[in-house]
Amino acid sequence: MFRKKGRFFAQEITLSESIVRALKCRECGQEYPIEPTHVCEFCFGPLEVVYDYEKLEGKFTRELIESRPQNMWRYKELLPIDGEPKVGANNGFTPLIRADRLAKTLGVKELYIKNDSVCYPTLSFKDRVVAVALSKAVEFGFTTVACASTGNLAGSVAANATAAGLESYVFIPEDLEQGKVLGAAVFGTNIIAIKGQYDDVNRLCSEVAGKYGWAFVNVNVRPFYAEGSKSMGYEIMEQLGWKAPKHVVVPMASGSLCTKIDKSIKEFIKLGLIEDTGTAVYGAQATGCSPISKSVKDGTDMIHPVKADTIAKSLAIGNPADGFYANRVIKESGGWCEDVTDEEIIDAMKLLAETEGIFAETAGGVTLGSAIKLLKSGKLPKDESIVLCITGNGLKTQEAVINEVAKPRVIGASLKEFDVLAEADGVKSNS
Amino acid sequence: MKLRVYLNFDKEKVTEPVIWQLAKEFDVVTNIRTAEVKSDMGLVGLEVEGKTEVVEAAIKWLEAIDGVHVEPIEQSIVEG
Repeated sequence: MFRKKGRFFAQEITLSESIVRALKCRECGQEYPIEPTHVCEFCFGPLEVVYDYEKLEGKFTRELIESRPQNMWRYKELLPIDGEPKVGANNGFTPLIRADRLAKTLGVKELYIKNDSVCYPTLSFKDRVVAVALSKAVEFGFTTVACASTGNLAGSVAANATAAGLESYVFIPEDLEQGKVLGAAVFGTNIIAIKGQYDDVNRLCSEVAGKYGWAFVNVNVRPFYAEGSKSMGYEIMEQLGWKAPKHVVVPMASGSLCTKIDKSIKEFIKLGLIEDTGTAVYGAQATGCSPISKSVKDGTDMIHPVKADTIAKSLAIGNPADGFYANRVIKESGGWCEDVTDEEIIDAMKLLAETEGIFAETAGGVTLGSAIKLLKSGKLPKDESIVLCITGNGLKTQEAVINEVAKPRVIGASLKEFDVLAEADGVKSNS
Repeated sequence: MKLRVYLNFDKEKVTEPVIWQLAKEFDVVTNIRTAEVKSDMGLVGLEVEGKTEVVEAAIKWLEAIDGVHVEPIEQSIVEG
């Protein structure tokens, strides 16, 4: 490291050595080598990537991170790849917005929006996880990648795969929003619509994954895929001025993002990059698919599978794989859960758009709508910093609000006609 | 073949010997690898081994039971 004009520059970036130690079972602790696998052979528990953090001590500094390009790979030592990313080199580093207009409406002192609705290249946070999953798939030697998807993942896999020269297959439920179907098909992927719900898509994909030997990003390379979510947490902390928020509200489908935001905070604390301020993690779900929210509210740690019925299709996973772990993170961090109806989702989407100019997809409505309920119930304090995680773009779920917004008023190309309209609106002219 | 599944038991099925019934009904080896039983729900990680057609029939039998949710282990997918 050397100083130049008062700034630190990472002259010797010698941290390319991977600190990834192994895959470790979250249940029994059994460790496995780094391979495309996701289930413990001993107890069937899920596998997670573990790291030798001590190798980074004193080397992985704020200055080093700040000296790097603004994308998710500025934290690459904490992502499970070897060396440089093979796919998605420009993904991530989305804006963190200070949402003062929304805060005023809600009576909140300090409110931020982490806006992954503009994540590169496909406008959802899935571009983070896919970049890691496909980079790892290339390292493993796969040439075909695939996924089961509720929409955003399909688009992200298709786009990132094609940009990397990989063949891709994406499997979706047949009733998916048109914007998401188009948003995947346009990249020339093999898009397969399955008659049934997302859980039916999963069932088929488990069989396909076993038979065809592809890299299924959310099956056999899942432990690597899930780690990509941590980059959202790292960015929040850096963008807040190297500190964690007191409260963070996260949308939940499988519950994975919830656990990885928590992991990202714990890693930064462990590495001395931030102080431990006791961040509470809150989960948001749609009432029509709320198995994790229900388990937290009921005071149990067991997740009852449900049949999903909600307009928030990107969160419509009835049997969430990480539900148990999300439940634990929420309870241990001092957070809580809330869920919202379809009407509340639409109201929240409109509120976010009309106050902050952010058009989020239905999952964004779930996050904001749940936060509003948490604020009303007093579970979420109004006088401490809050970050809302917005994970997808509203242009992909236009069906949800198409009949809820004002239609254009049609007039002729005539100043006279506009004058009439302006007068009706109470607008004064200069002359 | 060997098939790995998670079985979720609803409250009304928690106390029933479903896995014993499965082994009586079909010529399969059942191997419980993990289990958690509470008053209102049960979760079992089960390996089922036998001839392919017998294992497939056994899984169909399980799936047909009200209050038992069968999920192939490989199906346990994070969000999409």
